[in-house]
Formats: sequence, C-alpha cells, structure tokens
Amino acid sequence: MKTLVNIFREVAGLFIDDGLFALALSVVVVLAAIVAAIAPAVPIAAGVVLLVGCLGVLLGNVTSTRTR
Amino acid sequence: MTITWTLAAPAVLAAFLSSLVEAVEALTIVLSVATVRGWRPAGLGALAGLASLALIVLALGPLLDRVPLHALQLAIGVLLLLFGMRWLRKAILRAAGVIPLHDEELAFATGTAALRDQAQHDTRLDWLAGLAAYKAMLLEGLEVVFVVIAVGAGRGLLVPASIGALAACALVAAVGFAVRRPLARVPENTLKFTVGVMLSAFGVFWTGEGLGVPWPGEDLAILGFAALFLMVAVAAVRLARSPAVEPIP
Repeated sequence: MKTLVNIFREVAGLFIDDGLFALALSVVVVLAAIVAAIAPAVPIAAGVVLLVGCLGVLLGNVTSTRTR
Repeated sequence: MTITWTLAAPAVLAAFLSSLVEAVEALTIVLSVATVRGWRPAGLGALAGLASLALIVLALGPLLDRVPLHALQLAIGVLLLLFGMRWLRKAILRAAGVIPLHDEELAFATGTAALRDQAQHDTRLDWLAGLAAYKAMLLEGLEVVFVVIAVGAGRGLLVPASIGALAACALVAAVGFAVRRPLARVPENTLKFTVGVMLSAFGVFWTGEGLGVPWPGEDLAILGFAALFLMVAVAAVRLARSPAVEPIP
C-alpha cells in the first residue's frame, strides 16, 4: 500500500513540482478559457492570453526562485 | 489523416529526446541494483516494470479513441504544459546554477550506497532491489508513455512518436548494456532544456486547440511557440545567473 501511495505521489510529481508554478499555469489556462468563452468573435485572444501568460509565469517563477 | 513533417518531426524529436533522458535515469537505477544484488533482481524488476507499462498502455490506449478530440487536446495540452514547463523551469534553474545539475554518477553512487545500507538491516534485499528496478522502470516509462501520447495523440502521430521513443530506449539499453556504467556523459540538462521548450510549445498549441483557438499557420505555429519559449528560456537563464546566489540544495 505504501509503495502504491509512493508511486501515486511520484506520478503526481511528474506534473507538479513547485506548487505555485503549477497553480499559476492552471490560472493562465482558466483565464484563457474564460476569454475564449466571453469573446468567441475573437478566438485568437484566448491564444494570446495562453501564450503570453505561460511565458510570463515561467519568467516570473524563475526570477522569484532565484531570490527565494 | 495526413501526417505533415512540420508536426511529425518535432513530435518524433520530442519523443526521442525525452525518452533518452528517462531511459538514462532508469538505466542508472537498474545498474545500481545490478551492482549491489546482481542482474537477476535488476532484470526481473525491470522486466516486471516493462510488463506493467505494457498492460497500462493496452488497457488505456483504446480509451483514447473514445474521448472527443477537443476534450483530449485540452486535457493533454494542460498536462503537457505542466509537464513540459516543469522540465523547462528546472533546466533553466540548473543552467543558471540556482540548483545543482543532475549527476548520473552521483545518482548511481547514492542508489548503490542506499541499497548496500539496506542490505545490512534487511534480509529481503533481493525483493527490495527488484522493487527499486521495477519502480524506476515503471515511473520513467510512464513519463515516456505520457510524452508519446501527448505529442502523438489527436493528430495520428502515435506511431512515429512511439518509434522515436523506442529508438531512444533501445539506444540507451544497448549502450548501457555494453558499457555497464551510468551514462554520465549524456548532456542531460541540455536535453531537458530542449525537450522542455518543445513540450511547452506543444502544450500551448494543444491547449489552444482544445479551447478552439485558430492558430495562425496551423501546425507551423508550434515552431513559432518553440522559438518564443527558447528565447524566453535563454533570457531567464541570463536573469537567474548570478554569482551572489547560493545554490538551493
């Protein structure tokens, strides 16, 4: 049982390492989904939010980790 | 469905390079087990891990066809973003010297020492050693399977991506079997950096497709995203690289 729990934890760890980083990425995806829902006439807007958001989260997380 | 090289080549390359990294890590643990307890528990553990992986693929593979395409793209895209950007973040921090580089020789020495230490306290060592090899093969293999599915599903690229992954695993197994030492010379962080860039680009592409975003240039957009992620990642390394920073253990 303990081995199974450990394996599950490690599988989850494939996607989540820094919790804040994963949370920030999830927020970006949710924002992009909201933009896609409220502005269906401009579908590329959701793409821009997604791309810029992901790049921003990456840059922000790396610089904040450096100073942590 | 027509397979275009603009999409197939990055998918095959991403599957090959990420599988190379995972196979090297799995090999290091299997070699640790083989060094301490011999090839029998190492081989049996590794084979059991491969068999479990095959069962998972056989059980879950057919389900992929039943998931609606947009839902599949969105789910895979989000998981790819989390997975790929986690790799990219770590590779950036390692390249900048904020966290130490992954060292296969050190991982091998640590794994071997841990198994030897267990040998003094536990008589079930063959079983534990086999379990260590099994777990390594299963977990690293799951990453390979995930990457293959993530870059291959939805665009009919599962076969090319699988070929890329299998080629990497076969290459590492052959070299590892020949030299019987951890493959410390593989530039793991450079590979993780490259794969992180590619998987993040695929992640943005699939997530956007799942949300109904009409990407300009369609599949070619992936190359543009990869170029953007590469530029930002290189800039992030420069920003994070500072001699005053104490490495985080």
